[in-house]
Amino acid sequence: MENTETILRVENIHKSFGDLEVLKGVSFDVKKGETICFIGPSGTGKSTLLRCINLLTQPDQGSVWLGDGEVTNSGKNIDYFRQRIGMVFQNFFLFDHLTAVRNVEIALIKVKGMKPKEAREKALHELRQVGMEEWAEHYPAELSGGQAQRVSIARALAMDPDVILFDEPTSALDPELTREVLEVMKKLAQAGMTMLVVTHEMGFACSVANRIMFMEHGEIKEQGSPDELMNDTKFERCKNFIGQFSDISGD
Amino acid sequence: MDQTEFLFQILLPVLMEGLVITLKLIVLTAPFGLVLGILVAVGRVYGSKPVSLLCKGAVAFIKGTPLLLMLFILYFGLPSVGITLSAFVASLVGFIMCNGAYNSEYIRGAISSVKEGQIIAAQALGMTRMQAVRHIILPQALIRAIPGLSNEFIYLIKYSSLAYMLTVIELTGAGKMVATKYFEYTEVFVIVGAIYLLLVTITTIAAMLIERKVAVPGMTQSGRNMLDIL
Repeated sequence: MENTETILRVENIHKSFGDLEVLKGVSFDVKKGETICFIGPSGTGKSTLLRCINLLTQPDQGSVWLGDGEVTNSGKNIDYFRQRIGMVFQNFFLFDHLTAVRNVEIALIKVKGMKPKEAREKALHELRQVGMEEWAEHYPAELSGGQAQRVSIARALAMDPDVILFDEPTSALDPELTREVLEVMKKLAQAGMTMLVVTHEMGFACSVANRIMFMEHGEIKEQGSPDELMNDTKFERCKNFIGQFSDISGD
Repeated sequence: MDQTEFLFQILLPVLMEGLVITLKLIVLTAPFGLVLGILVAVGRVYGSKPVSLLCKGAVAFIKGTPLLLMLFILYFGLPSVGITLSAFVASLVGFIMCNGAYNSEYIRGAISSVKEGQIIAAQALGMTRMQAVRHIILPQALIRAIPGLSNEFIYLIKYSSLAYMLTVIELTGAGKMVATKYFEYTEVFVIVGAIYLLLVTITTIAAMLIERKVAVPGMTQSGRNMLDIL
C-alpha cells in the first residue's frame, strides 16, 4: 500500500449494556484505503463496535480519532464527524417516504447545504456507481433488498466520507442479492475507499480485506491478513471458526 | 308567507351569513391547530423532560375538560384577570387549543409508528436530532396521521357551533334565531344540519384526495383503496 497514513484510530473501547460487558477494550488503527473485515460469532460486539465509532452508541470508555480530530467527546461536532464517517446498515434504513434519488440527495441538501440541482446531479452520479440510476424515481418499498442496499451505499458515498462502516450489509439478503451488494463493495475497496465491514461472508473477507479481525467475547482475539489467518498455525481459533463455514459449503 | 318565500327570502340569507362566520372560524383555526399539534407532539416525544411534561399536562387538561367550559373561561373568566377577548377571538383561541391538543395525539401516535432505524440513519448522515425529526420523521408521521387529522377537522366543523354560546352568530346560531322568530324549528334545523353534512362530506372527499396524493408505496395503501370504493 502506497499511502500509509492512519485515518482512523480506535483506542481501548469499552461498552456494557447493564451487566453485560459487550466490548472489553478494543483498539486498532485503520490506514487510508484499507478494508478491514470483522468476523466472529454473533453477539461478540462487532456491530456495537461499529456504532461506537460514530457514536450511534456511546462507548463507556476509550476514544476514537478521525485524522487529528477526536470523535469521542466532540459534543455538538459529532454531526461533522458523522458526515465524514459513512454507515451502511443491515436493514438498509432507507427513508421510506423518499425515492431512491431523494434518499441520496437529502443529506447533501440539508446537511451539506448543497444546491438542489447540484445535489441531484451528485446523487444520480452515486446511483450510477452502484448500478441503480434507472431506479432513481422508485420508493424503497419498490426495491429488492439488494437494490435497497446498493442505494444505501450510494447514500453513504454521496457524503464523500473518509471511511464507511458496513454493519452486516448482506445479512438480510439471499445469496443472489448478497452477491450484487458484495460486487459493489469490492469495487469500492479496489477504488481505494476505506472500509470497516462486519460480515459473515468469509469469501468476501478473504478476497477483499487487507486485514481480518477475529472478534470473540468483546475482544479482538486474532488479526492478520487473510493469508496469515488461514495458513499460520498460531491463529487456531479463527481458522476453526472459518472452518465451520467451509464444512457446510464443502459438501 | 309561503314556504318557498320563507326559505329563499328569509332563512337562506341569514344562514349564509352564519355560514361565512362558521367558515372563518374553521379556516382560521385549522392551520394554527395543525402547527400547534405538530409542536406539541414533537415536544412530547423529543423535547427535554420539562417540555415533554408541559405538553403532556396541557393536552391532558384540554382533553379532560369540556370545550364549552374552556370557552366560558376564555370569554367570561379572563376579563377578571385583565384579558378581554372578543367573542370571536375567544372562540378561535379555544378551538385552536382543542384542535391542537387532539391533533398532537394523532401526530404523536404517527411519530411512534416511524421505525427507529429512520432517525438512526439520518443521524449517521450527520443530521442533528432536530433535522432528522423535521426532514425524516415528521413527513412520514404526517402522511400516516392524515386520517386522524381529517377526522379532527370534521369535529372542528361541528364544534365550531359552540361559538354560539359566546354570542358568535355562526351557522347554528343564525338558524336558532330564525327558528325562534318564526317557530319553524324542524325545517330550519334540518337545513342547518344538511349544510354541516355538506361541509363534512366535502372534507371527507378532500381528505381522501390528499391521502391519495401523498401516498407513498409501501407506507400507505388506504387512500387508494378508499377512493376506489367511491
